[in-house]
Amino acid sequence: MTMIERPVELRSKVSVTIDGESVDVLEGDTILDACNKAGKDTPTVCYGPTVTPVNACRVCVVEVEGSRTLVPSCSRPAEEGMVVTTDSERVDANRKMVLEFLATSSDVSQSEEIMGWLGDYGADLDRYDAETTERMTDDVKVEDDLYIRAYDRCVLCYKCVEACGEDAQWTFAIAMSGRGFNNRISTEFDVTLPDSACVYCGNCVAVCPTNALQFKTEFDLRKMGDWRPEDQSVSRTVCSYCGVGCNLELHVQDNSIVKVTSPDDHSITSGNLCVKGRFGYQYVQNRSS
Amino acid sequence: MWGTNAREAHPIFFHHILKGIRNGAKMYAVDPRRSQTAKFADLWLGLNVGSDIALANGVGKYIIDNNLQNDEFIAHSTQGFENYVESIQEWTLERTAEVTGLPEFAIAELAEVYATAESAQLCWTLGITEHHTGAENVMALCNLALLTGHVGKYGSGLVPIRGQNNVQGGGDMGALPNKLTGFQDVANDKLRAKFEAAWDCEIPATPGKHLTLMMEAIAAKELTHLYVIGENPADADADINHVRAALQGLEFLVVQDIFLTRTASYADVVLPASAGWAESDGTVTNSERRVQLGRKALDPPGDAKDDLEIINMIADRMSPGWGNPSPQEMWDELRTVSPMHGGMSYERLEAEGGLQWPCPTEDHPGSLFLHGWLWAEDLEGRDPAPFTINVWRPPMDEVNAEYPLLMTTGRVLDSYNTGVQSDGYNSPIRSGEDLDMAPADAERLGVSTGSRVEVSSRRATIDMTVRVQPDLPTGLCFTTYHFSETTDVNQLTIEAWDKKSGTAEFKATAISVKPKVESRA
Repeated sequence: MTMIERPVELRSKVSVTIDGESVDVLEGDTILDACNKAGKDTPTVCYGPTVTPVNACRVCVVEVEGSRTLVPSCSRPAEEGMVVTTDSERVDANRKMVLEFLATSSDVSQSEEIMGWLGDYGADLDRYDAETTERMTDDVKVEDDLYIRAYDRCVLCYKCVEACGEDAQWTFAIAMSGRGFNNRISTEFDVTLPDSACVYCGNCVAVCPTNALQFKTEFDLRKMGDWRPEDQSVSRTVCSYCGVGCNLELHVQDNSIVKVTSPDDHSITSGNLCVKGRFGYQYVQNRSS
Repeated sequence: MWGTNAREAHPIFFHHILKGIRNGAKMYAVDPRRSQTAKFADLWLGLNVGSDIALANGVGKYIIDNNLQNDEFIAHSTQGFENYVESIQEWTLERTAEVTGLPEFAIAELAEVYATAESAQLCWTLGITEHHTGAENVMALCNLALLTGHVGKYGSGLVPIRGQNNVQGGGDMGALPNKLTGFQDVANDKLRAKFEAAWDCEIPATPGKHLTLMMEAIAAKELTHLYVIGENPADADADINHVRAALQGLEFLVVQDIFLTRTASYADVVLPASAGWAESDGTVTNSERRVQLGRKALDPPGDAKDDLEIINMIADRMSPGWGNPSPQEMWDELRTVSPMHGGMSYERLEAEGGLQWPCPTEDHPGSLFLHGWLWAEDLEGRDPAPFTINVWRPPMDEVNAEYPLLMTTGRVLDSYNTGVQSDGYNSPIRSGEDLDMAPADAERLGVSTGSRVEVSSRRATIDMTVRVQPDLPTGLCFTTYHFSETTDVNQLTIEAWDKKSGTAEFKATAISVKPKVESRA
């Protein structure tokens, strides 16, 4: 008889060159992982550490020696000896144009990151005729007290679909519908959320890069002009409901919880929560002093 | 997954199960209801309520009859095998099928897949424990793990999934009638002496009473004063009218809670507390024995105070008191008397995202699983693990012509226990208040979804609304007790409880259902 311990994971080392600098990552890591290790600031929109890459946005592209086209760094595994360039004119021009396309078709103003990259890459939104450029112009869907859907901000990154589906929740309440510019994330037959298969885990909201999916608390506070991230504290604690031990990050403004997230790197949750953990905090604020 | 609807009750744990299924793991669901969990299973075994021991014994007999047991493990790591084998001879496939209501092939398939798997886990929750044979149900499952060697090694084990964020921690801290902190037996003179030296006081050597015994002692006027912290027995317990009468008959009741619950409404003194998880610092321990830090994010309202501060203030009135130690100071003291927590400094808990006990020293990584000693050559000096003999006994509340339906209770996704917490938010998917009923039963009674009905058990009658639910077998109804203020389900449930665990039989209540004739005046 011998004790059977956790098997040790053995992944071999892979060496790649990023902008002339040699970087070691592990087998299975992506070019993006290598870029991050080399300290390169790579813009990403559809990428998320907890969801499978779907290569929808093309913002993270890099040049790889021997490859005719640019390569999405978030999904392409790093290979031994790969020579990657991230700071070329070609990469910059592509990233700039992709960012321009995203920002002229959807309202990305609530994404600090995307707004920052627009500046970094010198995006010029005025070179697209505002009169003739089609935009996502959907009305905000406010159907319950937990979260809203503002598809005029949607960049069709697919992250919500992945989080609702096989990457976390396996609920499949939403999917892509329509064709061409009429592509939208939708519930089945476009029914309202409360009538759909949605179980209100909010894991779609957690991965949305543009606030197209937004907690109702944040939506209401922004509407009142009272959303003040600079005055918010974030503290980590453990959910008060079942015994799984999900870690919560409580975003607090004026002694009130305004948003609940979970750390992507926490081994229990991988950033995901259920409806009780995500939204069930309200009771502590229903007490009068 | 045996007697657990983790998809709804432990959704993030179930994410891990789903990852396993996606990676090729097989999942079998044993549950009288075709639950949300069962819908992800390779096979759903919809057994009769309370026939778990019959199924476990039947699975055991099939494994042995087909020579699928782990002989080397049984010989080296267990004892009492022969007596166990003898005790389950009754449970042929035929007999097991008869008692459980399952087809024989399903019992055989579960036995074969479990016994021949490279690694396998048995997960359960209240579907196993909330029976008058709750402890024996658990032991019957443990036998299967001993029979196959699916315990004490990476990837295998026995997994009771905990229902509350710190129910594990509460027991670990010594909030049990027979244990001191760190599961150290109060009757053990040597261990008690260690605590007496550390705390400079005398500790009674006799175990106290658990909740169910306390309720009996209150009813018998042996227990007259009660201090309740963060518990709502006046809504949560079975056969609730007896419990309420008992609580109201106390000479003195103190309730410390964040709300004026029904229990608090009976109290002589109410101590408003802070909501620990968001308004206090401290630790909680989850289902996998992982101690994690909770941190204060909000100031509590009004005069509400931290539980620890309230207890410190009470201690202060009992001269000489012990000052006002911080949660971290309390924790560091605990580490000196509870060896399994010894290595868990706040710094490590913060840096390592929690640690699983036992973690005796600062250089110990914590323990991913327990009972690894079963596989050690010398069993680390311990006695081999005993097989137990568990006799199937049907639920106490008998279904007969007068009470022809069986009602079982459980939880739904968006709500929690008596609803004190989960009623606080507007869930768009709220359900659970209704009496779920199989289509054939609804048809026989001439009711449909939305019909008001009178539901009677041998203890009480309440009004409920029907929801026809095709995932229920004929003869079985389901509800929750999340909405005690409007639907007081625990008036119906039975007081019968398991003498070993103190847990009441919430899972099996014989009921009759009569359509209500609505007055059209």
